[in-house]
Amino acid sequence: MSNITYLEGKEPDAREHRLIFRNVDRADWDNSIDCYIKDGGYEQLKKAITMEPQAITNEVKTSGLRGRGGAGFPTGVKWGFIPPNNTKPVYLICNCDESEPGTFKDRYIVHQDPHQLIEGMVISSFAVGAHTAYIYIREEFPEASTILEKAIEEAREKNFLGENILGSGFNLEIYIHRGAGAYICGEETGLIESLEGKRPYPRIKPPYFPAALGLYMSPTIVNNVESLCHVKHIIAMGGEEYAKLGTPRNTGTRILCVSGDVQKPGYYEVEVGKITMGELLNDICGGPKEGRSFKAVIPGGSSAKIMRCEETYQIKNADGTQQELSFYDIPMDFDTIAACGSMAGSGGVIVMDDSRKISWVLNNINHFYAHESCGQCTPCREGSMWMRKISDRIANGEATPEDVQTLEEVAYQIDGRTVCAFGEAASWPVEAIISKFRDELEAETSEDNEYLSEEAKRQLSFINQ
Amino acid sequence: MDTATFPPFAVTPEIEAEANKRIDQYPEDKKRSAVLPLLHIVQHKFGYINSEATEWVASMLDLEPMQVYEVVSFYPGLREHAPGKYHMRVCRTLSCAMAGSAELMERICELTGIDRSKSDSHHNPIAVSPCGQWSVEFAECLASCGTGPVCLVNDDFHEAVAPDSAQELLDQYDTAASHS
Repeated sequence: MSNITYLEGKEPDAREHRLIFRNVDRADWDNSIDCYIKDGGYEQLKKAITMEPQAITNEVKTSGLRGRGGAGFPTGVKWGFIPPNNTKPVYLICNCDESEPGTFKDRYIVHQDPHQLIEGMVISSFAVGAHTAYIYIREEFPEASTILEKAIEEAREKNFLGENILGSGFNLEIYIHRGAGAYICGEETGLIESLEGKRPYPRIKPPYFPAALGLYMSPTIVNNVESLCHVKHIIAMGGEEYAKLGTPRNTGTRILCVSGDVQKPGYYEVEVGKITMGELLNDICGGPKEGRSFKAVIPGGSSAKIMRCEETYQIKNADGTQQELSFYDIPMDFDTIAACGSMAGSGGVIVMDDSRKISWVLNNINHFYAHESCGQCTPCREGSMWMRKISDRIANGEATPEDVQTLEEVAYQIDGRTVCAFGEAASWPVEAIISKFRDELEAETSEDNEYLSEEAKRQLSFINQ
Repeated sequence: MDTATFPPFAVTPEIEAEANKRIDQYPEDKKRSAVLPLLHIVQHKFGYINSEATEWVASMLDLEPMQVYEVVSFYPGLREHAPGKYHMRVCRTLSCAMAGSAELMERICELTGIDRSKSDSHHNPIAVSPCGQWSVEFAECLASCGTGPVCLVNDDFHEAVAPDSAQELLDQYDTAASHS
């Protein structure tokens, strides 16, 4: 990669491995197809289109690629879920609804390197047998929507899209579908409902696994932007070579997005599991701000459970042995972070230092989920708003210690009792923050809270007699 | 109050052509999928979506107006009330809030004379300045957490907008800004 230079001040860190983000912040680069082709672009499509579709899926399975949207589900396995004797049209949907708080990676791909995504989508569509693909892009990326529409036209002009692609007989159209500001459209079945023109109320799985009953109740593969880009590189180097990047069962590279109380927030593409939390926060991101110390980190987007920086974890290794791991020694992979009680999710690493009141953090997060609840399931619809009201009171110093307990109980009433994973997304932050910062939260409450109304005080006085 | 920033809703051949182009993106018997694309066309040209526009979208897609309205009323990004000429969406979610987005919103409101307590009745309310040039709303995570606070002004994206650079931000659009 020595022939690549980056814009001044935006050079990758030495510990990065720029695969997907190879062209982000690149000097002498633009998002046109001519620039992309001159750099060797679409050669992988030319190669893939001569392969058997199943062979492409096999390469993706061998590569061990896990979805980069947040769930980390093996991509090759997901592709394999399309029913074998399917006669309905197959659809490929690119999930470009990037909305998980703390995540900012797909943005740069679609703005600066749209053809990498398109090439990945054509290869993937060919593999799964889709002739129509949609890019569901969040409305708040208006410029990217225009860029992608232009890129699609450029690709069609060069016969990388449309009818009889490169003489292979394979037809594919890609269309852009803009969202309208709803986080729940990032949930694959919510996205599908939105694409169908309805309110994005997610579907229950089973039976509505998109690979079986997706868009228009036809087999549909929904993949994250970054995941689809990885497909191109898997074809380029082969699944086996790709699997040598990263660590076992956590292969390849991923883009970590660090924000909050660090010296150098930003995006960093690293081999999965080869960088520890400490290396990321202290070495790559320059440590905490002047005069501050790290307090807590949310490692995978706001839906991931918070971790205290002073914690140690007892985890079981793959070979069955026990290991004690300190927070800073956690490798940034999927499995170890899960073993430590959180999740690597979307790669959105949010860092809080000792200047942050945890009740404020909790309240900000609760407002997000209360706002974004689609309202379909009673526990989530009622519970998310209830949790927000309680954390409003805690953050404003108007709560009693019992409120913390009630808040925790409400969270557990939502967790596991909803149609989609938003229920967990909304309840896990509350569960984890209370579990790990209970003392700090209770310290902000008061039995004898002066903000309580006269009526409430009178009632309490009867209970406390 | 200034004269209307946006023209009143009216269908033109250009708008119909644009709508049909979007409708053609979906299978012939699945026109309903074009609800959001058509609503985006309306909102982009007319600033917001009123009942006339809702009925037009319904008629283009062989739907009942309620089937369109349920979409209009659900999505935070769809407006039922006119915004200002420059509509600002400031991110309120965790990382941007940590970087000062609440203070940024306060500064913007001070400079433009917007009173956010007088927002409209939508579940995702917007508030418009007295002169009609500016409007604001809080948006949820805009996916640029490393460069917060961030905001959108119409379709322009602005990163690292420190609260005390709010005037600079407004000046990029209208140097005669603020109360009128």
